[in-house]
Amino acid sequence: MSLASTERRSRSWWREHQQRLTPYVFLIPGLIFFLVYVIIPIFESFWLSGFKWDGLGEKTWIGMANYRELFDDEAFYTSLKNNIIWLVLYLLAVPAGLFIAIFLNQRVRGIRVYKSFFFFPFVISQVVVGLIFAWFYAPNFGLFYLLVEKLTGTGIAVLADPDLVTYGIIAAGLWPQIAYCMILYLTGLNAVDPEQVEAARLDAAKGWKMLWYVILPQLRPATFIAVVVTVIGALRSFDLVSIMTDGGPFGSSRVLSFYMYEQALSEYGYRMGYGASIAVILFLIMMVFISGFIWKMVEDERQGN
Amino acid sequence: MFPRPIEQRSRAARVGYQLALPVALLLWLLPLLGVAVTSLKPASDLASGNYFGLPSHLAFSNYADVFNNSPIGQYIWNSFKVTIPTVIGTLVLSSLTGFALGIYRFRGNIVIFFMFVAGNFVPFQILMVPVRDMTVNMGLYNTTTGLVLFHIAFQTGFCTLFMRNFIRALPRALIEAARVEGVSEVRIFWYIVLPLMRPAIAALSVLIFTFIWNDYFWATVLTTSASTQPVTAGLYALNGLWIAQWQLVSAGAIVAAMPPVLMFFLMQRHFIAGLTLGAVK
Repeated sequence: MSLASTERRSRSWWREHQQRLTPYVFLIPGLIFFLVYVIIPIFESFWLSGFKWDGLGEKTWIGMANYRELFDDEAFYTSLKNNIIWLVLYLLAVPAGLFIAIFLNQRVRGIRVYKSFFFFPFVISQVVVGLIFAWFYAPNFGLFYLLVEKLTGTGIAVLADPDLVTYGIIAAGLWPQIAYCMILYLTGLNAVDPEQVEAARLDAAKGWKMLWYVILPQLRPATFIAVVVTVIGALRSFDLVSIMTDGGPFGSSRVLSFYMYEQALSEYGYRMGYGASIAVILFLIMMVFISGFIWKMVEDERQGN
Repeated sequence: MFPRPIEQRSRAARVGYQLALPVALLLWLLPLLGVAVTSLKPASDLASGNYFGLPSHLAFSNYADVFNNSPIGQYIWNSFKVTIPTVIGTLVLSSLTGFALGIYRFRGNIVIFFMFVAGNFVPFQILMVPVRDMTVNMGLYNTTTGLVLFHIAFQTGFCTLFMRNFIRALPRALIEAARVEGVSEVRIFWYIVLPLMRPAIAALSVLIFTFIWNDYFWATVLTTSASTQPVTAGLYALNGLWIAQWQLVSAGAIVAAMPPVLMFFLMQRHFIAGLTLGAVK
């Protein structure tokens, strides 16, 4: 058999089966990358959390010892508590974003420019946001410090106060997050059915009632995405804590993501296993939300088909 | 339209609205404006307590200082070296996966799709130790390549979601017609679907550019030295170096923020189209 005919045969074989094979061929590169760098490492982290490991030498299996240590670790509870505060307060970005979107949803001259500038904080890196707010809060000369001093007589060094520091960082985080929610709602408001609004107006619906019964139901897809990205954002908060306080003062602004990093790559020796166990806890917390989101998306997908 | 268009209101309301807009914007951007002004103040202003007022003269020298006396130029170059290959790699991989998941019905389609979606939501920390270890073993620790590979993989999750939904919305008749004509699947992808995906590709390139440029966590985990670190991680290092020299910190921060800001203003429509995907049914 000549080479040419083998080639012809394999080509026609491909041609016959191409509709069945193409999706797999197209999926393989992306899938391999995603499995190697995202899916498999998740399981590896679970496994590593059972070891004592400095990242270089031998791993020693210690079973659940990392978790037992974790549940006696004061810093873990501080981080967990801060994560909950983050989660609750960060969700304020959703109504705040809606409020600004409603404020800006007009057709006056130059409104497009205003919308872009309101959205601006989201485009800037969190590192820069952190530096901006560190300056804003800076004792003796920060705008915020001076403002408080003018109003009450004594300034507050927000980032040096263990009771206030987390709230100060969250405020910085809210700034870009509100911008994000705002843009989601502006897009949503754009698509609100004008006929329904007019019909409701004829029925004398106004203000809050209109918003609650007519507008918000139509904004449900925007609200869903806003809640998803805000919850994920709250639990991922790392950049701002690292930039603004490095977890301080006295570790009081730590969150789980930061504490994990601190332990795993600690300057007093790497504790990869212990870090992995913190990551597992954070992952499990996140999983509660992720499964809820995915469940809702699968439902939508079913209805769409 | 909600709320009621301001043109239908009283004159007083209209004027009030026009006045409220700039005031609200000023308050909203106050911290940013403060930093921008500080970046143009000579050091003597800050030393003499002129924190609030206008600079005594515009000290563009702060920017020159930042570039001359710190490796910020190198940091920015590193950021480009990470960001641009990531954008390209992610777009290639995700247009393929998006096509496969958007066009074909096969077993496992929906499971694979939701695996991409779910992976996209996980906390970075659950990936940190294994990814760092793997990068070290590949000899790519503290290189931009190591960062690029991870970013491509992770962003493929989000981009697959985006591409797949975009392709789903294309008219199926187009593809059926091509098949009837005997056009091969690969050619359907290349000549029919890919050209139609241009808006999705544009939206994702600006979004991924911004996400990757602004990434800080992976930059600190996978790189350590000024010769490889992107500008976000670099700023952290410089911030430690420039303690209390706020005119330099401010100038550095503004320089680091520039590329995504320019990207946003140049390609605003695409940026917002990408970000608000799914916000409307």
